[in-house]
Formats: sequence, structure tokens, C-alpha cells
Amino acid sequence: MSATLEAADLNKSFGKTHALDGLSLTMEPGQVMALLGPNGAGKTTFVNLVATLIRPNGGTLRVHGIDVARNPAAVRRLVALAGQSAAVEPAMTGRENVVMVARLSGASATDARRDAAAVIEQMGLTEAADRTVRTYSGGMRRRLDLGASLVARPRLLLLDEPTTGLDPRSRLELWDVIRSLVANGTDVLLTTQYLDEADHLASQIAIIDHGHVIASGTPRELKRLAGRNVVEVHVRDASALDRVAATLMSIGDGPATVDVPTRSVRVALSADTDRVFAALRPLDDTGIAIDEVSVRQPTLDEAFLALTGAPKEEVA
Amino acid sequence: MSIAIAPPRGNAAGIFVSTGQIARRVLLKFIRSPQLVVVGTLQGAMFLLIFRYVFGGAIALAPGINYVDFVVPGFITTGVLFNAMYASAGMAEDMSAGLIARLRSLPIPRSAVLVGRAVADTALQFWGLIVTVAIGFLVGFRIHGSVGAALAAAALIILFGFVFEWVFVLIGLLAGSAQAAQGFALIVFPFTFVSSAYVPVATMPSWMRGFAENQPLTVMVNSVRCLTEGHPAEALLGHPTSYFVIRSLIWSVGIVAVFAPLAVAKYRRG
Repeated sequence: MSATLEAADLNKSFGKTHALDGLSLTMEPGQVMALLGPNGAGKTTFVNLVATLIRPNGGTLRVHGIDVARNPAAVRRLVALAGQSAAVEPAMTGRENVVMVARLSGASATDARRDAAAVIEQMGLTEAADRTVRTYSGGMRRRLDLGASLVARPRLLLLDEPTTGLDPRSRLELWDVIRSLVANGTDVLLTTQYLDEADHLASQIAIIDHGHVIASGTPRELKRLAGRNVVEVHVRDASALDRVAATLMSIGDGPATVDVPTRSVRVALSADTDRVFAALRPLDDTGIAIDEVSVRQPTLDEAFLALTGAPKEEVA
Repeated sequence: MSIAIAPPRGNAAGIFVSTGQIARRVLLKFIRSPQLVVVGTLQGAMFLLIFRYVFGGAIALAPGINYVDFVVPGFITTGVLFNAMYASAGMAEDMSAGLIARLRSLPIPRSAVLVGRAVADTALQFWGLIVTVAIGFLVGFRIHGSVGAALAAAALIILFGFVFEWVFVLIGLLAGSAQAAQGFALIVFPFTFVSSAYVPVATMPSWMRGFAENQPLTVMVNSVRCLTEGHPAEALLGHPTSYFVIRSLIWSVGIVAVFAPLAVAKYRRG
């Protein structure tokens, strides 16, 4: 069985800008892959290449073994795109939009109506289905856009920044929909600049910067790349911070970081977690009131920073 | 929530289904934008009344043909150009919206998006034709030729609408934004006014007359005029009906042959 997606040394320039510069990645069937990277990293360019909207300048790109440059028409039958801007016609109703895409992807009139009704139901838009899209909220438009992509029955669904610009609630609703796709085995390639989105949805993450992949793996693997586990202690009284820091130094690798506003001390572990409990015992004996102790993996934010060296603001 | 993805469909949509679906979308968009319907209709009516009553009295023609019978065929024919102006703005608007990206990623013939728009806009031209003819009749326009000839004139007007549609679709594709497309579409003015549409070209200075007599719109207007008004129009214009009809058909084929492939090529490249 060929890979869902296979890119090798892919290049794409717009004038003097090298949007993609030797990008290589492989996506196996049954995966949700997130392309993570700052604005201008080349995420959308890559998605547009897969959707055959643009053509590569060099390298190869295959979808289920079919070369995108040689046989774009065949690739179009396998992929569907839900873009940054909801690609729906505002003057048509939700149902008319979905029926149109179903018809354009080859369904008969009867099948198109039936499939559209099913997709609209699944997107939770049944009540609004016969209103024009002009009256929809941003979140509803995105869900309709996603529904219109699904009614084309893609083997690979491309989601380009599906939740950018949505309020937190609409974002969570859309995550639910995407997760249910995953549960049903649809391959999904999504781009995002939100680390938590990649962390929640993806089984594989490729971090892209300056047009090529700088790291890839499962969320867990990427976090491990960023460093060791971290132990963090929150105390009730800020005056105890120095004593706690001194104790944590003995189990940590490198200096302990004191954060006064949150009354916490953080240190990266040098060894396995067994010694954490040994180190915390004397802390307990001191009688310092401790609110919370946590041992955790580094966050994806920390991983991203370690890998790109980019300031966090550019990412989030 | 459970979403099952059915196996991919066996056949992609053919050219007829795709074109029909795209055309339907353009028509629905127009019908559900009342401002477009009202403004377009009012604009045509207003210009017709201005020419009929403001300029009409000052324009002297040869005996045997009234100015109203002279100008209404010109008006109806140039009307297709003014209506086609909206096509370039619509096309430019579509290109900058996300919907075109979806259509381009679907397994449909790429020409379907443009042909669908051209078909829909041509159907809308039919609406414009009915409105203008109705207003024309109200202000005194009468057909002096046969019914068959009048129907042939109507068919020619619809054909011209389809022909110019391709010019404006290309403008829309090249413009980059709806505002820019509106601006570029102003090229309709020299073509409509420096023609035989509103006045006989004989009064124009000779350098301008050379352009006016040989540009496509003049022969198109004169075909419609001769078909609806018969001998007096032929006498005024100095050629038989067939002279204008044949030339306007040649122009039509030529314009589509140049502009349709250019538009499709531009659309393909994105």
C-alpha cells in the first residue's frame, strides 16, 4: 500500500521568495498529520500543491502513489480542501452549497440530496440548512465548509488552518468534528499555527520553518526532543521559594527557575522519576506548605522554541 | 457524532453537469441580490429615456425612419456590453474568494467554471433584453420587419452577449480585484459611443468614422437594426441586412476564438 502522501525535495518559488525549499515528508495511511509552523513557513503553499491549485517547481509529490504534477486530475478525485477562508457561496443556502459540491464530485441528483442531508446533520447544521449562508456565524461557515469537503468523499482531507479566527467555543466544536473524522479513519492533513491544536488532533506532527521540515514525529517524540521531564513545585508562601529551590537543585540538571508571581520553582530532571520522591521527602520535612507538585513533559511550545529558536510570539 | 466516509465515487462530474451547477450558482447569486436586479434594470431604462427624449429631438435622420426606431436597436445591442461589465467584476470577486479554490480542487473540467458563468450571464442578458424591449415599446419603438426577422435579431443579441462575456471574463481574471475589473471594463464606452448605436456615424470626423464603421459593435448594431426595421434602415445604412449579419457573425466567431482560450488558459494557470 502506497503512502497517503509522499513529498521529496519539494520546491516552490513565487518570484524570489522560496516558499518551499526542499521539503520532504511522508504520511502513512490512517494518520492525522499536522503541519506546524509560523506564518510564512510554507504550510499553505504545501497544502495548495497537494490540492493541485499550484504546481511545484521541483521535487516530487505523490498522493496515494499518483504524481501531482503529472496527473493532477486523478489527484483531485482523492483530495478535498477546506481552506482558511470558508469556501462557500453566501447567496446560497447551506444545503444548496453541499448539494452543489456533491454534484460536482460526481453524485447523481438523488445521491447528492441524500448525502448532503447526512453531512449537514453530522455537522449540526440541520436547523440552518435552508437559510442562506449570509446569515451563518463564522463557526457555522467553517463547519459547512468542512461538510462540503466531506461530501466529495475524499481519501485525504486537507484542512488549512481550520480554526484560525474562530472563537474558543466554535474552535472546540470544530475539533470535535475533526476528531470524529479521525475515529472513522479519514486521513487528515491539517496546518496550524496553534501548538495545542496539533497536540490535540494529530498523531504525527511535522514542524516546518523556512520551507522545509525541521523536525517530525509524534507529539510525544517532539516534546522529548525539547528536553527532559520537568518538576514544578508551587508553594503557598513566597518566602519559602529560596529554600525549595535549594532542595530541587539537588535532583535537577542545571539551575532551578524561580517564578515569584506564580510562587513556583521549576527544574529539569537529570534522571528518572524515582529520585523525585526522594528529593521531595526532605522538602516535606521542612514543613513548607506546598500547594501543588507536578512532574510533566515539556510543552509543545517549549519543544517548538527549542527546535526553531523562534520567539514564542511568532508562533502562537 | 459519527461521520462515515463512503468509498470514493466512480465517476467525476461531466462537462454538462459541472457547467449546469456553476451556472445555477451564478443565477442564484444574481436573483438573491435584489440590488443587482434593480440597479441593472433602472440603469438601462434611464439611459434609454435620456437618449429617446433628451438627445432624440436634436438628432435629425433621413426621412423614413424615426429616431426611436433607430436608437432602440442600438440600445438593446449595446446593452449586452453594459450587462457584461458585471461579469468581469463577478469573475474577479470569485477569484479572490475561497470558493474558486474549492472548485479548482474538484475533479471537474476546468473550463466548466468559465463556461458555466458565460451561460448564466447570457441567460441574464435575456432578462435585460426583455426589459429594454418592453421600455422601448413604451416610448414608441415599433418593429417594421417580419416576426421571423425580429426573432433572428433577438437570437443575434443573445449571441453577442455570449461573445462579449468572454472578453469581460478575461478582464475579470486579469484584474485582480472587483474594483479594478470595474475600472478596466470602462473600455465599453469608446466601443459603444464611437459606433452607430446612438447616432449615424456620418456626422463623425473622418478619422473617428474609420474606427466607428469598422469596429464590431457597429456591424452588430446595424444587423439588429436592419432585421427589426427593414428597408428604411438598409437605405439609411447603405448596405443590405445580410452584409451586416455576415460581418457580425464573423466578428463573433473571431472574438470567441481569441478570448475564450485566453480566459481558460489564464484560469488554468491561476
